[in-house]
Amino acid sequence: MAQATETFYEVIRRQGITRRSFTRFCSLTAASLGLAPAAAPRIAHALETKPRLPIIWMHGLECTCCSESFIRSAHPLAKDVVLSMISLDYDDTLMAAAGHQAEAILDDIRTKYKGGYVLAVEGNPPLNEDGMYCIDGGKPFVEKLKAMAADSLAVVAWGSCASWGCVQAAKPNPTQAVPIDRVIRDKPVIKVPGCPPIAEVMTGVISYITTFGRLPELDRQGRPKMFYSQRIHDKCYRRASFDAGQFVEEWDDEGARKGYCLYKMGCRGPTTYNACSTVRWNDGVSFPIQSGHGCIGCSEQGFWDNGPFYDRLSNVRQFGIEANADRVGGVVAGVVAAGVVAHAAVTAVTRLTKKR
Amino acid sequence: MDINTPNGFRLDNSGRRVVVDPVTRIEGHLRVEVNVDANNVIRNAVSTGTMWRGIELILKGRDPRDAWAFTQRICGVCTGTHALTSVRAVENALGITIPENANTIRNIMQLALYVHDHIVHFYHLHALDWVDVVSALSADPKATSALAQSISDWPLSSPGYFRDLQGRLKRFVESGQLGPFRNAYWGHPAYKLPPEANLMAVAHYLEALDFQKEIVKIHTVYGGKNPHPNWLVGGVPCAINIDGAGATGAVNIERLNLVSGIIDRAVTFTEQVYLPDLKAIASFYKDWLYGGGLSGRSVLAYGDIPEHANDYSPASLLLPQGAIINGNLAEVQPIDLKDPAQIQEFVTHSWYKYPDEAHGLHPFDGITEPNYALGRNTKGSRTDIHEIDEGAKYSWLKAPRWRGHAMEVGPLARWVVGYAQNKPQFREPVEKLLHDLNVPVGALFSTLGRTAARGLECQWAAHELRRFQDKLLASIKAGDLATAYTEKWTPDTWPAKEVRGVGFTEAPRGALGHWVSIQGGKIDNYQCVVPTTWNGSPRDPAGNIGAFEAALLDTPMADPAQPLEIIRTLHSFDPCLACSTHVMSPDGQDMATVTVR
Repeated sequence: MAQATETFYEVIRRQGITRRSFTRFCSLTAASLGLAPAAAPRIAHALETKPRLPIIWMHGLECTCCSESFIRSAHPLAKDVVLSMISLDYDDTLMAAAGHQAEAILDDIRTKYKGGYVLAVEGNPPLNEDGMYCIDGGKPFVEKLKAMAADSLAVVAWGSCASWGCVQAAKPNPTQAVPIDRVIRDKPVIKVPGCPPIAEVMTGVISYITTFGRLPELDRQGRPKMFYSQRIHDKCYRRASFDAGQFVEEWDDEGARKGYCLYKMGCRGPTTYNACSTVRWNDGVSFPIQSGHGCIGCSEQGFWDNGPFYDRLSNVRQFGIEANADRVGGVVAGVVAAGVVAHAAVTAVTRLTKKR
Repeated sequence: MDINTPNGFRLDNSGRRVVVDPVTRIEGHLRVEVNVDANNVIRNAVSTGTMWRGIELILKGRDPRDAWAFTQRICGVCTGTHALTSVRAVENALGITIPENANTIRNIMQLALYVHDHIVHFYHLHALDWVDVVSALSADPKATSALAQSISDWPLSSPGYFRDLQGRLKRFVESGQLGPFRNAYWGHPAYKLPPEANLMAVAHYLEALDFQKEIVKIHTVYGGKNPHPNWLVGGVPCAINIDGAGATGAVNIERLNLVSGIIDRAVTFTEQVYLPDLKAIASFYKDWLYGGGLSGRSVLAYGDIPEHANDYSPASLLLPQGAIINGNLAEVQPIDLKDPAQIQEFVTHSWYKYPDEAHGLHPFDGITEPNYALGRNTKGSRTDIHEIDEGAKYSWLKAPRWRGHAMEVGPLARWVVGYAQNKPQFREPVEKLLHDLNVPVGALFSTLGRTAARGLECQWAAHELRRFQDKLLASIKAGDLATAYTEKWTPDTWPAKEVRGVGFTEAPRGALGHWVSIQGGKIDNYQCVVPTTWNGSPRDPAGNIGAFEAALLDTPMADPAQPLEIIRTLHSFDPCLACSTHVMSPDGQDMATVTVR
């Protein structure tokens, strides 16, 4: 049947992708969204039939790492998201139009799709100096942000800037940069934190909305549960080393080469909620811990002020890993610092023994 | 009013004012205003940086080993280059050295960034200034295939391939939802490509979008993620283990093979897609050689990619270092980032305040005191600017100068310096390209020349990637596994007195420097002078204009309401505004002085 609006399915079929591959894609998508296999046919149906959702993607104070991450998406490919799943009508980074022609799009979308577009925000508004630390079209960015939020269906806060404030909001927060939900009060704000968020998490959130026609289930902090309900530490492949008391003690030491736990090098995995240790980065190639550096906790609120990054977490109160999991390793929640010291001692003894 | 600037440009702001805000397809926020004469030729140009975050101030009092992570967040497009500059600055201040393998891996990451950034810039940030997407709809797929096959061996070139792609594009356009392509300048007379070249370029726009995500996996292997991979003062965080227990937790043969495979594909993509496209597109724009600006007069390069660990002298740096002024290519002047008489920043036209604004300050002695105020001739209000007054302060960028000269930095600057130094690795590709396009050397100093230099550099970087990856393999084979030195890791090993350091790199966009002072284990002061601050700078007290403003002058516009020519030239610099902004007061509107000894 000829349709004015092409669907995702039609597009990939025409590209020579088989029905079988498409079905497999839907199963993978279901799996990456943490859904039961039974959800795959529903995803397939949605991708076969739905027109594209208008998205307005605005930039405040930021570094564009979220946009860069988004285009790294491997499943779905960024090009397929942009050409076939959504209608990316405004995006400072990719759009062909500039100046007045760009501004005119915003007016048009507000009128034509009132209450029917999603506002995606990368970066955040500064409130000092009447907002003029971020000027857009001659006016404070915060005004443009509020105006576009007012007529949107929902708002997506890309990354830690929009979600929490991130680096420019680190002490002393010179520009008084604030998370977007400080100025957008009357719309659902889906927070997708991370500096940046994982590409497939970003496209996962978008495709969840376009596929199921509803917003993903959020935790109390507004983050999609499917990606942010587990700590890096919970699913870290080096967790066994933590439990066994095998730690990297110094950069490039024997433990580092053997892939031991980076806890003593400051790893924030135990207090960071994100999908890095499960989804991993850049099509699953690696994640910070796998490549030898501790997690810096970039998806957590205020992580810049929880440093120095190389100070171990025993300095941080409320070290929260599940008691059960800890007992396996002989660490009792609440006396973690002592536990780690004990572990360190055990490790030292083990290493000495091995050397002899 | 007519003004002749000391750096040789004539400004006339009497004609009609044209405003472009926001400038899109860049990093960050930029506004540009120009005046056009009766023939719609640009006679005055005003570049305004419209964002400011204050990251340098946020760094004060923090652990210098963390600074790479903060400064890396200055920019997510040139991700990694600020982090590398930062670890170099801190190592320079504290006298920390790094192992050869760490230097090699850092070079691999920096070169991977060049390849990624240049490809993304050419296809996704810049191509639509030359390529008319709508025109591609009327292309003949067979003729497109013939064109593609005549310029390259790239296998995705059959008539069927282009027909499918055109079909997808047609459906997309017919859907009425044009997404990122809506409301643009399609059909504008400044587009010169035939439909077939447009269709081929659109195909490669999409292929490049797929491929760029592969290149960054090199960062993911060595740095754990991209954007914003991890770095380390004293080396790199990834350990090497090719035999022992737990090798799968480190850089091992599988990881090395993954990187090698990507490098091969990067070389192929650059040579079979990027460069042939560049030449094909350029051949239709040989008559559009506007936008030279400062490039033929004053260019600056710090150099980068040290062959040997811990040796940042020009002899060790593979990318050239030096300054050329007043178009004198016969003399490349030496530079010193620590010399207070060389690099200075001015604020007469920036939203900052100095006690004496007639003089510039070296980054080690920087004062940053915000002073957002508009000139009397501004049209509009404080929070609704219609036309800015460039006679007063008008940008969040400072105006850096080298020995008083406004300088252009970036790929073209690097290649001009390398060319002037008679280095065959720069001279020969430039001469070949000029010959292939049948244009004189003067054609280099243009918007197109800037875009071409980036392509040549991408090819150079892809081959250097291969060489450094082989170097790493050879080193491992010889038994060297070291990736980090830790004798000076803890603050108790650092000097108690104040120490200062400079780190520099060539970011994809140009010369980048970080200046740090450390005292008592903490950052006492941190200053960055970044490529877009050089290129996008406002005027200085002497009246010298910066590279963006200079490049826009004398360009004819087909239709001032459709500013395609303006964004084409601006994009050729690959502006990055989040990078280019400075320190500010901790308490907002109250001015505070951040003074450094």
